[in-house]
Amino acid sequence: MPQLDTTVARPRPAAPRHRPRRVGRIPLALLLPALLGLLFLVLPLAGLLVRAPWTTLPQRLTEPGVLTALRLSLLTATLATLLCLALGVPLAWLLARIEFPGRRIVRALVTVPLVLPPVVGGVALLLVFGRRGLLGSWLDTTFGVTLPFTTTGVVLAEAFVAMPFLVIAVEGALRGADSRYEEAAATLGANRWTTFTHVTLPLVAPGIAAGAVLCWARALGEFGATITFAGNFPGRTQTMPLAVYLALETDLEAAIVLSLILLTVSVAILATLRDRWISAP
Amino acid sequence: MTVDLTVHAARQRVSEPLLDARLVVDRGGFRLDLPLTIDSGEVVALLGPNGAGKTTALRALAGLLALSDGHLTLAGQVLDGPSSRSWVPTEQRPIGVVFQDYLLFPHLNALDNVAFGPRRHGLDRRQARRQAADWLHRMGLAEHARRKPRQLSGGQAQRVALARALAVDPALLLLDEPLAALDARTRLDTRAQLQRHLAEHPGATLLVTHDPLDALVLADRLVIIEHGQVVQEGDAATITAQPRTDYVARLVGLNLFRGHARGQTVLLADGFRLTTAEQHDGDVFVAFPPSAVALHPDRPAGSPRNTWPAAISGIQPNGDNLRVQLSGPIEVAADITPLAAAQLHLVPGQRVWAAVKATETRTYPAAPA
Repeated sequence: MPQLDTTVARPRPAAPRHRPRRVGRIPLALLLPALLGLLFLVLPLAGLLVRAPWTTLPQRLTEPGVLTALRLSLLTATLATLLCLALGVPLAWLLARIEFPGRRIVRALVTVPLVLPPVVGGVALLLVFGRRGLLGSWLDTTFGVTLPFTTTGVVLAEAFVAMPFLVIAVEGALRGADSRYEEAAATLGANRWTTFTHVTLPLVAPGIAAGAVLCWARALGEFGATITFAGNFPGRTQTMPLAVYLALETDLEAAIVLSLILLTVSVAILATLRDRWISAP
Repeated sequence: MTVDLTVHAARQRVSEPLLDARLVVDRGGFRLDLPLTIDSGEVVALLGPNGAGKTTALRALAGLLALSDGHLTLAGQVLDGPSSRSWVPTEQRPIGVVFQDYLLFPHLNALDNVAFGPRRHGLDRRQARRQAADWLHRMGLAEHARRKPRQLSGGQAQRVALARALAVDPALLLLDEPLAALDARTRLDTRAQLQRHLAEHPGATLLVTHDPLDALVLADRLVIIEHGQVVQEGDAATITAQPRTDYVARLVGLNLFRGHARGQTVLLADGFRLTTAEQHDGDVFVAFPPSAVALHPDRPAGSPRNTWPAAISGIQPNGDNLRVQLSGPIEVAADITPLAAAQLHLVPGQRVWAAVKATETRTYPAAPA
């Protein structure tokens, strides 16, 4: 018995010394790349702050071209998001809830703009909605409507590139939501439309909000499809990313200022929305 | 409301049952074939083991699943008729459903959950809310009207679900395991309340459950299904006294054997003979309760007419007693007191003698009356 006691007792004092080191240690092979990754993401943003012309900043911010581009960017990104919501949520519902032949192909098609280089998207939009495009010539002759190189064109280009983000997020939310709530609604006399508006939408509202935020952020940063399809006309189609690109060739300081504004606006709005919507239970 | 009228119309034609159905559903190797009629005001329990087809039957009645064959008529209206290609979608059926986990809409408070149905049936918002408030009051939940489902206890949520289903005045009320999600104590209270509300419901009620106690307490009539087929049907007294399958016998806690009777002797399929009190000729069931089985360390002498050597295959607590599973020429369950178990030094695998007095057995014809 006494022998047993000593053997049991011996490791005990050693344990507190060992334990914190063992549990607390993070493998270097993971920690090092993690920190490098963080640095890689944060350093360019820091560079932007370091090189910013802080002294002339107030004056530059109030330049008319800057505010015009900012207003146009916010307006088009918001309109594009609304367009995506109006078309993308029903599309996501169709993909999530209705069995139809070729559903997998449709789902694949929806994600194509996600992997397509935006410039190619812009070219494709031109071929369809351009003055001599498939639909564009008809729109022009019948309604006198031209889309390319207009603000509407900017909205279309942004929506084309950003909609997959919304559809994927909302479809995921719909699949995750318990469809038996919809059955319960049906037993209470609700038809499919009422069920969609009164039960399904409220249930997946956080998912829709998350999708809309992603969609809006993507639209705000859109460059390739916009410049190809809508051109670069100040006040009409020149959004912030386009203004940054243009300024880069003539006036580096102006480009930095514009970038700073874009950065501040997106971070601020994403942070606000994240707190209010995305983390909601 | 139209639902109201149909219920009243049906009640005037007393001769016809409110629900008249033969539910046939084929689903990849499984076939449900269930004739089912329910009168106005009648509560029928559909009882069966898991996978027997209870939920399939409920979904077919609710229109969440189409019949492959058969028919479904409620209050004179054909809801599903594969042969006549008639089909009434779920939202147009005069039904109410209480789901197993209630499925209260999480984004609506209790009042709006209950008002949801009346609102869809044409009432304006204020009327629907007033009606919902009435129902919550009747359920004793008036002070919880503004609570969201996640703020309600299990018993409260169950009553909100019942109020929501009843608020549309359904001709047919469907309850899917309405008490299964509750703990034992809440279940007792809720069952008593449920019984009261079901008694007041003028339409037909189908209660789907695998709990025999729920079925016996709440239902006027029991329909027991196994493998998609009806194996026994009747009131609680008949079914508890004369089970016709092993499943039903286990539900009501009886040992059940089928054999061929000649006078007071019943010859079982495996050659074992039971001596019974009643005289019969032909195929019969013999039933006796586990408490009628006595265990002895040695072959008992004297009065018991049925004795056989057996081995103990399992022991479980059962109320104040122990339930002993015996293997041997026939498999039976025996209930003995802990004191007797201690005196016999019972352990699994031990060999004992089992005895059943003939007077403790009940014998009834195997062909349904």
